[in-house]
Amino acid sequence: MKKKRVFSSKVLLIPFLVIPLLFLGFCVSSAQEEGETEVLEETLAQAPSPPTEVEASDTPNDNGHSITVTWKLSADDGAGRNNVVSYEVLRSDSPDGEFEVRGLAPAGENTFEDKGAKEKEDANYLPPHKDFYYKVRARGDGLFSDSEVSLPAHASGQWYHTGKTPVVVAVIAFSTFALIFITLARKGKKLYVRPLAGIEAVDEAIGRATEMGKPILYILGLGSADMIATIASFTILSRVAKKVADYQTQILIPCCDPIVMAVAQETVRAAYLESGRPDQYKEENIYYLTSMQFAYVAGVNGIMLREKPATNFYLGKFYAESLLLAETGSLAGSIQISGTDEIAQIPFFVAATDYTLIGEELYAASAYLGKEPILLGTLKGQDWSKAVVMIALILGALAATFNFQFFLNLFAVQL
Amino acid sequence: MRRTLPIAVVAGVGFFMLIQYFIPLEEFETLYEWALDWTMVIGCFAMALGLYSLTNMMVTKVRRKAEGWGYSLVALVGLFVMVFVGLVPHYQDSLKYGTLFMDIFEYIYIPIQAAMFSLLAFYIASAAYRAFRARTVLATILLVSAIIIMLRLIPLGPLSAINQWMVNFILTVPNMAAKRAFWLGVGLGATATALKIMLGIERGYMGRD
Repeated sequence: MKKKRVFSSKVLLIPFLVIPLLFLGFCVSSAQEEGETEVLEETLAQAPSPPTEVEASDTPNDNGHSITVTWKLSADDGAGRNNVVSYEVLRSDSPDGEFEVRGLAPAGENTFEDKGAKEKEDANYLPPHKDFYYKVRARGDGLFSDSEVSLPAHASGQWYHTGKTPVVVAVIAFSTFALIFITLARKGKKLYVRPLAGIEAVDEAIGRATEMGKPILYILGLGSADMIATIASFTILSRVAKKVADYQTQILIPCCDPIVMAVAQETVRAAYLESGRPDQYKEENIYYLTSMQFAYVAGVNGIMLREKPATNFYLGKFYAESLLLAETGSLAGSIQISGTDEIAQIPFFVAATDYTLIGEELYAASAYLGKEPILLGTLKGQDWSKAVVMIALILGALAATFNFQFFLNLFAVQL
Repeated sequence: MRRTLPIAVVAGVGFFMLIQYFIPLEEFETLYEWALDWTMVIGCFAMALGLYSLTNMMVTKVRRKAEGWGYSLVALVGLFVMVFVGLVPHYQDSLKYGTLFMDIFEYIYIPIQAAMFSLLAFYIASAAYRAFRARTVLATILLVSAIIIMLRLIPLGPLSAINQWMVNFILTVPNMAAKRAFWLGVGLGATATALKIMLGIERGYMGRD
């Protein structure tokens, strides 16, 4: 009983000791916090120094709906009180008018492109040839300071994109090479071009189909008529169709694009006409199948297995369907000639077809088949351009190694 | 005239498209966008042409009872059923989920398409078997490179680091060099083809030389 009373009196003492201690601790910590807050407030209570030297000018190489604003960073950006969070760019159509915020730039940034819309109905429309005034606001934590208003600037479109000059030079150089060799070819100079196995096999493949009495299947790929690979395929088709007409064989062309179908029909019709056999031309052999990739594969594979064509041509733009088509053709026992400019499909064609035209060989095929000097001239021009590019690559590698920035900048293209 | 006019149109449009790339003016941008719109308009009209061609071919096959005419019949039925369910009951909402049109698309067409695509795995195996037979020196190099690349996905213990180094070397040195040469050739070839077409040297795409 006595023991219990002693314990209770000790327990009663605890609040008398703990509460004053807690109070003391609270007073000390609040005094510390107050001190820290005062120091912080001293720093933040002042707005950051304003940006200076604000300049607005027309954005170069654009369509005339953009103004670029530059400024000198606030003295408190990365230095001084170091309290700049961001910059706000404001615009007005008069120096004393109301300024509206056009965008934000993070601290450390001193450029902003005020890009407007070109449609008048758009709320963000920035009219060309109209003067605008800008000022830049340095924002701290709730406080800010504005720069002086800039001199007026207006947006205007340019007639030439200076950043694309290397492309212009390259196009002119390449065209010059091509034209020189076309002229030489026209004058009768004999031009040698390396033989391509895939092209040389075309005659053999058509002959085989004639002997077997089976049709030729020509696939123009999944590309639309405006793709360069499809256009190259049309030119090859023209020459293949002429030979097919000469040999009096059938050619089947299932298309996955109605425009491609229309062009293919016209190409083959003209080839038959030129061969003097317009009566043998069958429009129903060149037809539209579907625009859906795998439905097209199913359709073409069905044709391969039913018709058992002696020769399959796959020339144009191909994607994932390339191997599905080429393997089925291989299983059907056809001679297969393929060509595409899609790098990912080249290995599939190499593995599954007998001859493959790799990349540019597809574009060159019509010149090979036609053997016309003018067309061969462009091939020679291409070769010489490649030689120039190779020299430029070697010089570029050396310049990069030894840090000759001037030489490297000559090739920089701004889009 | 029948020969000159199309060439003149192609050359004119071709040169315009070439120079507009270097002129950032709004008017040229608008003309470029207008030309692109035209290709879409032509594409839409051409679709009717394609539909006619397909129907004509299928109907002829069915009528003549040509080999595999049953497939043509299925294709024709599929075509007209889709046109019907897409246009007739709720033509404004047919692309919303839950409509018959979308149900057929999702539960019939997409699985069929997936099945077709999955065949690729088997075709890759059979094509790889042919391509990787070590008959020549080049085929052997291909085989060895392929094995190294494939092994990167398998844990090889202490050999993994060496294999990874070899994989990186193959992909970033010989493979990248070949790819760049390919792209360079394709770029120049495409430019040459465009030039030939614009100058009227290449006329095969118009059906005449």
